[in-house]
Amino acid sequence: MSDNKKNILSFQLDVSDFLPANEEEKQSLVVMRESVSFWRDGLRRFRKNKIGMASLIVIILIMIFAFVMPEFYPYSYEQQIRGSENLAPMQYSKQELERIANGEKVFPHILGTDSLGRDQMVRVMMGSRISLTVGIVASILVLMIGSIYGTIAGYFGGKVDLIMMRIVDIIYTVPDILIIILLMVTLKYPLKNLADNNPAFSWINTLGVGLICIFIVFSLLYWVGMARIVRSQILSIKEQEFVTAAKALGASHSRIIRKHLLTNAMGTLIATTTLQIPSSIFIESFLSFIGIGVAAPMPSLGSMAALAIDGIYSYPYRLMAPAIMISLIILSFNLLGDALRDAFDPKLKN
Amino acid sequence: MVNYLIKRVLVSIFTLWLVATITFFLMYLVPGGPFLAEKTPSAATLEALNRKYGLDQPITVQYKNYMLNLLKGEMGESIKQRGRTVQDIISDGFKVSARVGGLSVLLSVAVGIPLGCIAAINRGKWLDNMIILIATTGVAVPSFVTSTVLMVIFSIKLDLLPTYGLTSWQHYIMPVLALSFYPTAYISRLMRTSMLDVLGQDYMRTARAKGLSQAKSLFKHALRNAVLPVVTYLGPLLAYTLTGSFVVERIFTIPGLGNEFISSIINRDYTMIMGTTIFLAALLIIMNMLVDIAYTIIDPRIKLK
Repeated sequence: MSDNKKNILSFQLDVSDFLPANEEEKQSLVVMRESVSFWRDGLRRFRKNKIGMASLIVIILIMIFAFVMPEFYPYSYEQQIRGSENLAPMQYSKQELERIANGEKVFPHILGTDSLGRDQMVRVMMGSRISLTVGIVASILVLMIGSIYGTIAGYFGGKVDLIMMRIVDIIYTVPDILIIILLMVTLKYPLKNLADNNPAFSWINTLGVGLICIFIVFSLLYWVGMARIVRSQILSIKEQEFVTAAKALGASHSRIIRKHLLTNAMGTLIATTTLQIPSSIFIESFLSFIGIGVAAPMPSLGSMAALAIDGIYSYPYRLMAPAIMISLIILSFNLLGDALRDAFDPKLKN
Repeated sequence: MVNYLIKRVLVSIFTLWLVATITFFLMYLVPGGPFLAEKTPSAATLEALNRKYGLDQPITVQYKNYMLNLLKGEMGESIKQRGRTVQDIISDGFKVSARVGGLSVLLSVAVGIPLGCIAAINRGKWLDNMIILIATTGVAVPSFVTSTVLMVIFSIKLDLLPTYGLTSWQHYIMPVLALSFYPTAYISRLMRTSMLDVLGQDYMRTARAKGLSQAKSLFKHALRNAVLPVVTYLGPLLAYTLTGSFVVERIFTIPGLGNEFISSIINRDYTMIMGTTIFLAALLIIMNMLVDIAYTIIDPRIKLK
């Protein structure tokens, strides 16, 4: 082509341009690349998000701190060590100093002890465990109830939707904190009765009546926000062609809901559930703070803060650990939720 | 609009009735009564007390009586705080709580909206990042933490501010700050997101293109459109903050309404529980209605139907 230079003005065509393409050339023109699934796409976006990854790591560390470390810790959360009341961080009591002088090894009270001689460090761990459990379990309950309710309302539309959403509107205007407190007090006694007298329900006692109350109350009141979000998602998804196609193929309602609607709303569901966790933890800590949450001796970060406030003048440092812990948990779940929303639900961004 | 409001009021009354009914029956399911907390009175006294407050009648009769009295605007006498009517207690507490709460809402709006705008205008710069950082930590810290940290710093360590009561203006500083911490952070987040959205709209480009100054386009066009989500949030925020926060009132020993809510439930003070719940629910409903009306004023494109 280069050696027989033709006149620039000539219209003669270059024959070599019209030869059939060989395999290699054909391959280079194929623009398809390996298809990326929804999950992989989301995960890739999530991994790029530094704040999201950092908060995930922090959450994993907190989980190890809360669920694994207490098992290996030399003190337990209800153990009252005689003579070691009100110790400052890293301080030893007289007996413990004697034991150290005798050559024994005594594990230090890293955060000191409370007025009953209980090690603060292990109590912060257990408190975080309670907060995390409440946050995660309550959010999963909210997710289940809210998504089922929202999907049914959004999918069937019309009168069903109208009535179901009216109910949601009404629950939305109920002053939640008051009803929660009232329900907590109301539920406590029947649940306790049930747990004590009916062997089939004795598991309630191992979990703690307070915790079960919190779960019930959350699943009664807090699904409404989730239901609204899921409904609006379903309303837009159900108009799309693949749903019509599935209907035309004779798929049942439940199959369409399970296979098509919920799977497509998954991004929103994940992000909203993660963002529900910190608000559940917030409310649990508030309930424990005012003294109707988790029952003593089980610590909660909220009840530890309440105890610390009672002794704020003499031992102001006692507030630090539970306060920092609860803020850290809420902060990292907030950031994780934001990152997950950006990764799995790019439409919602901004 | 008028039709809408009539419908809205009817729905509100229904909601209010529902809340009152649920609370009434829930309350009687709670074991224990108002007279059991103190040293147990003799059987005869107990009976007399029950008769005095009408607690000896079947619950349906009590419900009917309460609702009829409520229609007349009477909420009865507090069972625990002898000789004071529920209305008196609520209005006394509300005056205190509303003052603290109102100041804190004002503060959070006055700080939150500008912060959010500044962050949105300087998107991606260090100022934006700083504001995001403050706002994200702000929504992660529960109010009992903020209040006690403030108290430890300003009262215990520095000895600058008084810790309890509400007798001088210095007493207001800490409770108001503690109460406005979370809403300020939340409002600035809301404001930033919606401002970013508005700044990307075509009409903003048009405004700048036709030669409007940055300040003018910002205040005349952007702010008005971006403030809507904040207005939505203000409704419930006002209702909850004006009625007082139990946590902040307990920590700073303020004789407000927030305290009454919780202690009435713990004391089984039946008339007070009903009174405070109905009061809060009504306030919440009214605030939400005002928000919807405010919508049509801020954004005339929105029509209430």
